[in-house]
Amino acid sequence: MSLAGTALGLAMAAAAVATLAAVGSPARVRAAAVGASTAIAGAAGLVAGVAAMAGGGAAAVELPGLLPLSGVAFALDPLGGLFLAVVGGVAVAAAVYGIGYAGHGLDGRAVQASFPLFVAAMLLVPAAATVGTFLVCWELMALTSLLLVVAEHRRRAEVAQAGVWYAVMSHLGFVAILVGLLVFAGHAPDDAFGSLRAVAGQLSPAVGGVVFGATLVGFAAKAGIVPLHAWLPRAHPEAPSHVSAAMSAAMVSLGVYGIVRVGFDLLGGLPGGQRWWWLLVMGLGAVSAVYGILQAAVHTDLKRLLGYSTTENMGLVLVGVGAAGTFAAAGRDVLAGLALAAALLHVINHAAFKSLLFLAAGSVLRATGSRDLDELGGLRAGMPATTALFGLGALAASALPPGTAFVSEWLLVQSLVHGLPASGVATAVTMPVAVAAVALTAGLAVATFVKAFGVGFLAKARSPAAAKARESPATMLAGMGAAAAACVALALFPGVVLPSVGRAVAASGAGSADPVVGGAVSMRLVGVAGSLSPLLLATALLVAVVGVVATLRLVANRYARRVAPLWDCGAGPLTARMEYTATSFAEPLLRVFDDVLQPELDVDVTHHRESRYLVEAVEYRRRVPDRVERRLYRPVLAAARWWGEAGRRLATGSVHRYLGYGFYSVTALLIVLAVTR
Amino acid sequence: MTAAGVLGAVLQVAIVVAGAPLLIGVMRQVRARLEGRAGAGVGQPWRDLRKLAGKEPITPRGTSEVFRAAPVLLVATTLVVAAVVPFLTTRSPLDPVADLVAVVALLTLGTVVLALAGLDTGTAFGGMGASREVTIVALVEPTLLVAIFALSVRVGSTNLGAIVTSTLRDPGRVISPVSLLAAVALLVAIVAETGRLPVDNPATHLELTMVHEAMVLEYAGPDLAMVELASAMRLTVFLGLLATLFAPWGIASGAGVLALLPAVLAFAGKVLLLGVALAAGEVFLAKLRLFRVPELLAGSFVLALLAVAASFFLT
Amino acid sequence: MVRLWQRIRRIGRVAEPAPERVSLEAGGAPLTKAAAGLAGSVQVRHVDAGSCNGCEIEIGSAFGPVYDVERYGARLVASPRHADALLVTGPVTRNMAEPLRRTYDAVPSPKLVVAVGDCARNCGVFAGAYAVVGAVGDVVPVSVEVPGCPPRPEAIVAAVRELTGR
Repeated sequence: MSLAGTALGLAMAAAAVATLAAVGSPARVRAAAVGASTAIAGAAGLVAGVAAMAGGGAAAVELPGLLPLSGVAFALDPLGGLFLAVVGGVAVAAAVYGIGYAGHGLDGRAVQASFPLFVAAMLLVPAAATVGTFLVCWELMALTSLLLVVAEHRRRAEVAQAGVWYAVMSHLGFVAILVGLLVFAGHAPDDAFGSLRAVAGQLSPAVGGVVFGATLVGFAAKAGIVPLHAWLPRAHPEAPSHVSAAMSAAMVSLGVYGIVRVGFDLLGGLPGGQRWWWLLVMGLGAVSAVYGILQAAVHTDLKRLLGYSTTENMGLVLVGVGAAGTFAAAGRDVLAGLALAAALLHVINHAAFKSLLFLAAGSVLRATGSRDLDELGGLRAGMPATTALFGLGALAASALPPGTAFVSEWLLVQSLVHGLPASGVATAVTMPVAVAAVALTAGLAVATFVKAFGVGFLAKARSPAAAKARESPATMLAGMGAAAAACVALALFPGVVLPSVGRAVAASGAGSADPVVGGAVSMRLVGVAGSLSPLLLATALLVAVVGVVATLRLVANRYARRVAPLWDCGAGPLTARMEYTATSFAEPLLRVFDDVLQPELDVDVTHHRESRYLVEAVEYRRRVPDRVERRLYRPVLAAARWWGEAGRRLATGSVHRYLGYGFYSVTALLIVLAVTR
Repeated sequence: MTAAGVLGAVLQVAIVVAGAPLLIGVMRQVRARLEGRAGAGVGQPWRDLRKLAGKEPITPRGTSEVFRAAPVLLVATTLVVAAVVPFLTTRSPLDPVADLVAVVALLTLGTVVLALAGLDTGTAFGGMGASREVTIVALVEPTLLVAIFALSVRVGSTNLGAIVTSTLRDPGRVISPVSLLAAVALLVAIVAETGRLPVDNPATHLELTMVHEAMVLEYAGPDLAMVELASAMRLTVFLGLLATLFAPWGIASGAGVLALLPAVLAFAGKVLLLGVALAAGEVFLAKLRLFRVPELLAGSFVLALLAVAASFFLT
Repeated sequence: MVRLWQRIRRIGRVAEPAPERVSLEAGGAPLTKAAAGLAGSVQVRHVDAGSCNGCEIEIGSAFGPVYDVERYGARLVASPRHADALLVTGPVTRNMAEPLRRTYDAVPSPKLVVAVGDCARNCGVFAGAYAVVGAVGDVVPVSVEVPGCPPRPEAIVAAVRELTGR
């Protein structure tokens, strides 16, 4: 068996060991045993993914007996290998972190056993080679993650509600994927992906559209794309932090995997007329990116902010995927390959920095008991390592050089910018709008992460809990350090992963191989003009910093540095209440975008008993609701409730009536079948 | 990587560092004369910087390394941009970094570290300045990137050397609608990014009207000198970028060292001219209230979008 | 805008020509050593320690276009951390004594204090009042005094020129 297959098998074995350890071992060593075994599983998955991306020829395994009726079959190609590597890498960081985090009351048997199962399911999804296998692994992933999300439901009431939202939305998405894939498989001799690929050329455009649309709904819901994103900012804050990291960095990327696999690979043979699909994907991506980061910019719950940021990043990935599809449909393979490479690289980069950010947020939550940025601050003093790591993650997430997201967003902008010449009117309209959306997202991301880092970690503590924060234990720091090392490596040496990304792009059938040539120092685009060297940029910055510091030492050395109190206009000591909070920091943005965000304002004035001219108390409440939820979900939920209540009238309690329903519906069905066959 | 390229890059940095306070001095002198005053002379910013370098540096209690490092990083990012953009020569040794998107992002990095330093002080004014600054930066990004898009369509690349060489080869392109629309959009974006009127008044003493100044109220001595120098260098670099993109004549594109001398004179002349025009324009403008600035930036964004549309429909 | 431009053309220069440099009597610490370090550039932070604002109007006039003290290298700044010299007006009232001290502490070295007006020098007409702590010199060390109630802008300009040396 190939290296990829062996490594994946090893990963499954390690996950099984971890589950057994969770169930069997005593409480003292449970977290450590589970964490270590899951980390090994993740590492093996990472090796399997890298081997799959590197090696030619797909590794395949078939286990017909495992599932009744269809059996399971796994096959690894470079596209699946990329996502396998992403999941594996994130699992390593999250598992190591979880060893230290579990002391938070999370070392019950069920919770500890679910995590390795979750990792195993996520590792199997990109390897699935038949529809049945894929759906089983997808559902297993959803169920185990649900168990993990509600892990702390005894402690907080909101956890149960978040769990309900997550369960409902992930299963509705599952139904959509099920419908789409089964319609597709219905036209093929069996449900293997190879057969689906072969039969795609004979599908009518309508059927192709239905398949793509249904699977898009399901996969976009998993990826947190607007308007199906509502579960993400609810579930991620309530889940334990290492689970949030795994969900946000690894699980949502599998939604993107699904779209790429079905849209480019399986439906690739469909002749013509698919441009509207990819424009739809691009549109959804652009809307999600802007909406997600706008919500992140005005929220003060740190993990909710990071959840909305995941929506934003997945939106950017879908912009790249949609652009790739649009270019491929127009026959421009070079650009299609470039756009898809940018999207896949962003998936990898996002996994690295989002896991770092969530793990650091968990560290803060554990130390202070609060996720609210308005109560944090001053963490630099008590938690210097977490502060530095979060700062690195914030730089990586805000698309500024020398950060991680800058590289993939540069590639994305290059692919969009080069798409304009000699193309149709549709592209001429969508590309500038897409560039504008990406740019607005980048600007708002800068604002969001300056807020998150500056308000949450710097200056003075805004509450006693934040003032008493102490640094996290070594395992948590090690998990964060692993993610940080990945961020730095991807930021400075993207050329290391670019050949693998190119092979994944080629495996998906979207474009030509190797759209970006990655040298050790710089990246060069193939077929269009463009090159960038992140390493050279970082080196130039370092040299400049050294030069400035040296010049200062020479020039400005007459006086020694004095430590003085803050300038408070002479009036008195500055208290923490005088600091800017996250709410006040985001106020200008809220005002500028108030048409989109529509904040709700509640002012309650309690007058004095004696006179209406005297005020005793004023209560001011402002919240920014999720407008998509308000406008879209409430009517849908109201309609569902109306439908349910209308259906109640059918359930009168009379057994005769129920028997009549059964008899008449079977009779009608038999008549219909007799007539139509 | 030629000798002329390396020399050109070094000269660029030297000119930007030495000339930025001179540019500010000229701009202040132009304003003074138009307002009927005598003015302090073009050398005054350099006198200010020299004095500040000899003063006592102060670190406020409760701030962290972010506060200490921000002025250094601000100057460093501007130095890298000054070395990279082809002000004097297109054969820069840092050509892999001379990408328009990367340059704009580097300048944004400088703004971000200053905003973090403002938040680090924990004062209300520091937070206020940081909040306003990142709002303006967030709204300027779409204009900048779409204008870059418009400029790069005909050239086929966002590399600055390629754009300059292409414009030199086809000078008539500069007066096309694409170019003019993009130039106006970029001018508004530059005014917003460098904190000039009507977006921000660099000479105000009223804290509630400050955007950039509010973030630096705690800096003293050499730190303040670095912040002021960086501010002047950013203005020089942005105006130089405008000149390089839309009036690149004089930039040395060959390998000869002698061509650098007229390039230096051309660069200095162009930037001075733009600075004088900006200063004269500021005399006639009042500062916009903060919540009118998004309208101004939205207008510049529409211009940039029109530039892209023109580049597609008018080719 | 055209009308403004025509106005500018018509009015031309408003600033009066620079008078001869007259050396003031320095009160307190030696002036030349500290001022020499400033070398033609002085950032000034004004502190109102309890004045009637008469001196402020004169200071405003001195920094205005007619007397234009900026041409000698001085500039008003908002934060004492950016300043080299404090321009203090008024007798120091009880409420302003501590803020004045803190402002002085916030200024980085080398620092100077200019006491503008009779109230700043010796409490002027408010000497002995119940709300007054003392003259500026009783709270922070004063380098230059500018007599007058209020002092003419030319006197303030001359004092600032002592600091800049221009």
